Amino acid sequence: MALRVNDLRVHYRTLKGEVKALDGVTFEVGDGEILGLAGESGCGKTTLGKSLIRMDGRMRHAGGTAELDGAELPIGDDRAMDRFRFREVSIIPQYAMSAMNPTRKIGRMVDELLRARGAEPDGAELRRRLDLVELPHTVLERYPIELSGGMKQRMVMVISTLLDPSLLIADEITSALDVSTQKAVARTLTEFRERGFVRSMVFITHDISLTYQIADTIMVMYAGKLAEKAPADTIVTRPRHPYTRLLISSLPEVGVRYSDRRLSGIPGSPPALLDPPAGCRFRDRCPLAFDRCAEEPPAVEVAPGHHVSCWRS
Amino acid sequence: MLRLDAVTKTYRVGAFGGRTLTAVDGVSLDLVPGEVVSLIGESGSGKTTVGRMILGLTPVSGGSITLDGAPVRPGKDYYRQVQGVFQDPFSCYNPIFKVDRVLQMIREEYFPGTAGAQWEEKVAESLEAVRLAPALVLGKYPHQLSGGQLQRLLIARALLLGPRFLVADEITSMLDASTRIDVLNLLADLKSRGLGVLFVTHDLSLGNYVSERAVVLHRGRVVESGPTGLVFGNPLHPYTARLLDSVPRLTARWDGVPQEPVPDTPEPSVLVEAEPGHFVRRVPAPELRSVS
Ligand SMILES: Nc1ncnc2c1ncn2[C@@H]1O[C@H](COP(=O)(O)OP(=O)(O)OP(=O)(O)O)[C@@H](O)[C@H]1O
Ligand SMILES: Nc1ncnc2c1ncn2[C@@H]1O[C@H](COP(=O)(O)OP(=O)(O)OP(=O)(O)O)[C@@H](O)[C@H]1O
Ligand code: SF4
Ligand SMILES: [Mg+2]
Ligand SMILES: [Mg+2]
Repeated sequence: MALRVNDLRVHYRTLKGEVKALDGVTFEVGDGEILGLAGESGCGKTTLGKSLIRMDGRMRHAGGTAELDGAELPIGDDRAMDRFRFREVSIIPQYAMSAMNPTRKIGRMVDELLRARGAEPDGAELRRRLDLVELPHTVLERYPIELSGGMKQRMVMVISTLLDPSLLIADEITSALDVSTQKAVARTLTEFRERGFVRSMVFITHDISLTYQIADTIMVMYAGKLAEKAPADTIVTRPRHPYTRLLISSLPEVGVRYSDRRLSGIPGSPPALLDPPAGCRFRDRCPLAFDRCAEEPPAVEVAPGHHVSCWRS
Repeated sequence: MLRLDAVTKTYRVGAFGGRTLTAVDGVSLDLVPGEVVSLIGESGSGKTTVGRMILGLTPVSGGSITLDGAPVRPGKDYYRQVQGVFQDPFSCYNPIFKVDRVLQMIREEYFPGTAGAQWEEKVAESLEAVRLAPALVLGKYPHQLSGGQLQRLLIARALLLGPRFLVADEITSMLDASTRIDVLNLLADLKSRGLGVLFVTHDLSLGNYVSERAVVLHRGRVVESGPTGLVFGNPLHPYTARLLDSVPRLTARWDGVPQEPVPDTPEPSVLVEAEPGHFVRRVPAPELRSVS
């Protein structure tokens, strides 16, 4: 197992109390596996990704463990985690480039970044990887603002995998891209895996159709918890959790006329994570809810590799 | 009506601005009340630049943009009528201000006379429209909210002004499927009440769902435009066909064949009306070429 996460809890400290953004999540990612992570906005996907690499000052590791290639990650210990970053686990954050220094040319930024990690910049390798993502070498001479969203995203992909990490977390990296660039970027990710630039991957996206294209396994989260995890085909064709089913049925398709027909979202909204209610967190919105749902449903393996947290599954 | 007439944008790039890059090249399009036009195109094709020019955030290098026939003059008056929501929600917020501040600024600028209770009601209404619970977002700093929450807050902010036209640049890119449908249905409602929307998206299935017309950009130029049903149902330009081909579907995985780049339409090319209302960029037939 590349990554083994056990009952991980990560909360945000706020003046009003703790926001339980990640509230006891257990899962594994195998060697060479691409795990697609999906779920409603605010369900804790970014929080999960960040906990495995760098928690911000307001995050608190409230319990549970994460093990990478057999070594326990010192989650929450910023200094101790430094040893793992970039080399063992790397992240492409949600809107990575907007956080980058606009006054530095990209080439210089890469250089500084590598030196800060004690690595010698290898120009030839860098250019090889730019070729692979179809970026002209001249991007190194440009400033971030001069690149379009898709170019930036590919640049960040190259930067964050330069030291061949074991685990890559890609957080919504294709959500701002057009379909053909999206396809190219998604394929590059699998290519990165095939070439050994990264071993395994957590691919975070709200776009299930896209995840389905590249992920081996899909995990769906809801309000800080795991709702369902299964091989990609199973999630798409035989989902068991009511939330997953509704999510999949709210996807519009091309080639369908919607002139007088409307799709509908899932009525209601997820519970506040400051003080989440007991029981199943989907209960308020679930068309199948019954008495038992006042109690929290455990994640059960209903078939090999298919985990569902629902009393009805 | 908001009209773009042969709008062009060039940037100086490279060391000392030694080269020019034509990001938008002679784009013409009309946005009328009560209609959603989707603007589709690959990364770098100039979509955001078009939107930024409409909002006066960057000057045009050629051509003109007019609102009801008058040249656009960015300022309070204009922004009451035309609003934009841009792609990257994180960079739209000042990290040291609470998010209420972006709403408060709207109040100070545009609604100085509105009483407290009335204002709060207005805010609550627009948050409701994007399915955000006020308690969840008000009083928070930007870093305390998720990407999708920030994105919805920006939409709510634009709606507060009750604009006639909205430039929506990838506004649903970070929303999950169910919230996304709600936002699209919201646009459809506003549309039926007269809002004109330029819906910039990379997601063809969303464009297909909400828009009446579609405009496809490739390297800054319009390569195809027309009623959405025709453009998506009967794509005439190879680039449009490629985009439709790349749409990830739940029914099939992509095949292993690598994509060849779509060649530029050879010059001289013009937009030709191939069927009523449906335009495609083509090299004109010889007898036409002598005319243009
Ligand atoms: N610093 C913070 N303080 C308090 N709450 C926070 C903070 N950061 C995030 N949250 C809350 O934690 C929850 C999970 O946020 P997270 O960013 O992980 O969501 P997400 O699943 O990545 O959503 P999205 O798809 O919109 O990016 C959200 O409800 C968010 O409001
Ligand atoms: N401030 C700038 N200076 C120089 N070049 C720029 C600037 N802004 C954009 N460009 C260039 O203009 C072209 C169009 O960029 P634009 O951001 O409009 O594309 P886009 O269609 O919105 O792409 P995406 O889908 O990736 O957001 C790109 O080649 C980009 O590199
Ligand atoms: S446990 Fe109950 S409320 Fe929760 S998803 Fe299953 S049926 Fe619905
Ligand atoms: Mg996120
Ligand atoms: Mg853009």
